[in-house]
Amino acid sequence: MAIETMTIGKAITAGLRKALENDPRVLLMGEDIGKLGGVFRITDGLQKDFGENRVIDSPLAEAGIVGTCVGLAIRGFRPVVEIQFDGFVYPAYDQIVCQVAKMHYRSRGNVKIPMVIRIPFGGGIGAVEHHSESPEGYFAHTAGLKVISVATPSDAYWGIQQAVASDDPIVFFEPKRRYYEKGEVDTSLTVATAPAMHRARVLREGTDATLIAYGPMVRTALDAANAAAEDGRSIEVIDLRSISPIDIATVTASVRKTGRAVVVHEAPSEVSVSSELAARITEECFYSLEAPVLRVTGYDTPYPAARVEEEYLPDLDRVLDGVDRAFGW
Amino acid sequence: MAKGEAARPQRTSRRKAGAGTPAGPDMVQLLTPEGERIERSTGANGVEYSVDFSDEEYRGLYRDLAIVRKLDIEANALCRQGELSIWASLAGQEAAQVGAGRAMRPQDMAFPTYREHGVLYCRGIDPIMPLSLFRGVDQGGWDSDKYKFNMYTIVIGAQSLHGTGYAMGINFDGKVGTSDGEAVMAFMGDGATSQGDVHESMVYAGVFNAPIVFFVQNNQFAISEPLERQTRVPLYQRSSGYGFPGVRVDGNDVLASYAVAKHAMDHARTGNGPMLVEAYTYRMGPHTTTDDPTRYRESAELEEWKAKDPILRMRSFLEKQKVADDAFFASVDADAQEIATDLRDRVLAMPNPQPVSLFDNVYPHGSPLVDAQRAEFTTYHASFEGSAH
Ligand SMILES: Cc1ncc(C[n+]2csc(CCOP(=O)(O)OP(=O)(O)O)c2C)c(N)n1
Repeated sequence: MAIETMTIGKAITAGLRKALENDPRVLLMGEDIGKLGGVFRITDGLQKDFGENRVIDSPLAEAGIVGTCVGLAIRGFRPVVEIQFDGFVYPAYDQIVCQVAKMHYRSRGNVKIPMVIRIPFGGGIGAVEHHSESPEGYFAHTAGLKVISVATPSDAYWGIQQAVASDDPIVFFEPKRRYYEKGEVDTSLTVATAPAMHRARVLREGTDATLIAYGPMVRTALDAANAAAEDGRSIEVIDLRSISPIDIATVTASVRKTGRAVVVHEAPSEVSVSSELAARITEECFYSLEAPVLRVTGYDTPYPAARVEEEYLPDLDRVLDGVDRAFGW
Repeated sequence: MAKGEAARPQRTSRRKAGAGTPAGPDMVQLLTPEGERIERSTGANGVEYSVDFSDEEYRGLYRDLAIVRKLDIEANALCRQGELSIWASLAGQEAAQVGAGRAMRPQDMAFPTYREHGVLYCRGIDPIMPLSLFRGVDQGGWDSDKYKFNMYTIVIGAQSLHGTGYAMGINFDGKVGTSDGEAVMAFMGDGATSQGDVHESMVYAGVFNAPIVFFVQNNQFAISEPLERQTRVPLYQRSSGYGFPGVRVDGNDVLASYAVAKHAMDHARTGNGPMLVEAYTYRMGPHTTTDDPTRYRESAELEEWKAKDPILRMRSFLEKQKVADDAFFASVDADAQEIATDLRDRVLAMPNPQPVSLFDNVYPHGSPLVDAQRAEFTTYHASFEGSAH
């Protein structure tokens, strides 16, 4: 065991550094990721140490970033791209959905695109428009892409390395408002022995209800579970980790035990990750449910102006309200 | 730059300079950094530029420059004090923006980025208008067509397509082809020129002969990335690939910026199609208040550009020409201060939005889903009334 304490942001930086060290074909591309180290400093110092051909400041064009990285991948590189903010991934959407996701299928398995698309996502940072979105559903809906989100420094450190090592294209969602939260990372594990990112994880055990979250809402769900404990309610908290595919077995095992499920995310609810979870849980746990699967999510509006974002985002009270409704059914 | 030099043939610079392709003799300039007036200057497009302003008009341009800088300083201060969540300063780009803004006619339409505060001011719009966006109160909220000034666009390059479409509409409406025709000015930075949207907009503008001027403020940086990350040729030369003329102007020279912008807009409104203007300038401050330029640029470079300051340049010109005296400059400073103070007061008085308003205007015809969520939201928040929440 070699336990180090680090922030989620620094854990991703350290994980990227390891990935660059371990495989000379790994390269990073994105806007302002070189000298500046990215607007969130996630690539801080990497260009200095690995050079301009491995940590590449791209021209200001997202379709260009992802599209050229498809070519680099065909050539045998393992590109890790940074999209500066969630709301700026859309110029690259066509490349991601039509090319990155489908190349393997189209080539009957001959062409792999082992690309990682890193996207800082979610709100709560007081930003202007396009800097606080949760677009994971668009990608989860696309076959051929895997979508994961990290919520702890350990997953940030190992998850990014697993993503880089995987031959599957992976959209990697980073909880930007949690970049500075600290936790322990066991750096003596390996990519193979660290908890695999395709599995969900029970972060807190409980018997009365299951809260399911991912990314920035995991912290909120844990806080809500602790608050509910004061009212004598025992809440289990699951960090989904993989948004697509969903590790449904871990989820259903929990819900069969607790009989209640509340799903929490920042993205709007309509046709979302929580819609999928509600359907799957209902199909598989129908006779164990004490209440319908409930959802606490962002509203079905565009992400609003910063001065009302607190009311838009699920918070402790709204999650507790969801739990109350599940108990009161 | 002497006027004779302007006729030199265009060359593609391969120099890897710290601040991108150097401004060469192909740059239109009517005022030297020392404030000396150059009578005429020929652009790379072969057009000879000049201005013929009255003393009053010269003073007016100085006043614009001084006021937009003062407002910018005030907004920066408001941001530092937590009254704005972010601010994108125009410092250094005042001449390019005042020149472009004053060159537009009332019937013309502007498609700005998030930095066009100077253009907005020169269009006669209350400078408070975009501050609600930077304060986090709303996301713009104005009527683009009413002000002939589209909302600020944050997604890099998108507005270039919108401007082109609007200009195509001017063609379809037959409002082009005379000296009273309409034209569009679409603004963007040097970084934006890399975006697919911008490329496509220039394809469309060329093909449809749209009355639009692409006004690129090359401030040498896209956040941390210097110009050579975006181009190997001077940006104005890009236009030839789309079949319309391009010209580079000294963006720190308000007279040249005005002359070039005015000519380009008249070119468009009279039915001659699009033009690309590259205003060669410098971003004196950080990209926004959240940026740290010490990570990626030398302070010596900033010092070099301070010597080309657009406002000092105009001031020396006015002084040399004896067009303005100390009393004039003092009165401009006093007016600028008053406008800035008034802006500050009104920002501080801006009410926060009602939380429930976040459900407004999702659709022109409304939506049962949004209505249901609004009702739930209201009930939920009412449940806290009277509690300490
Ligand atoms: C599509 C898109 N990608 C990334 C960003 C983030 N971003 C905001 S401003 C900026 C740099 C813009 O540079 P430039 O076009 O030169 O204009 P300037 O800000 O220098 O005026 C970037 C990368 C964005 N707003 N939109």
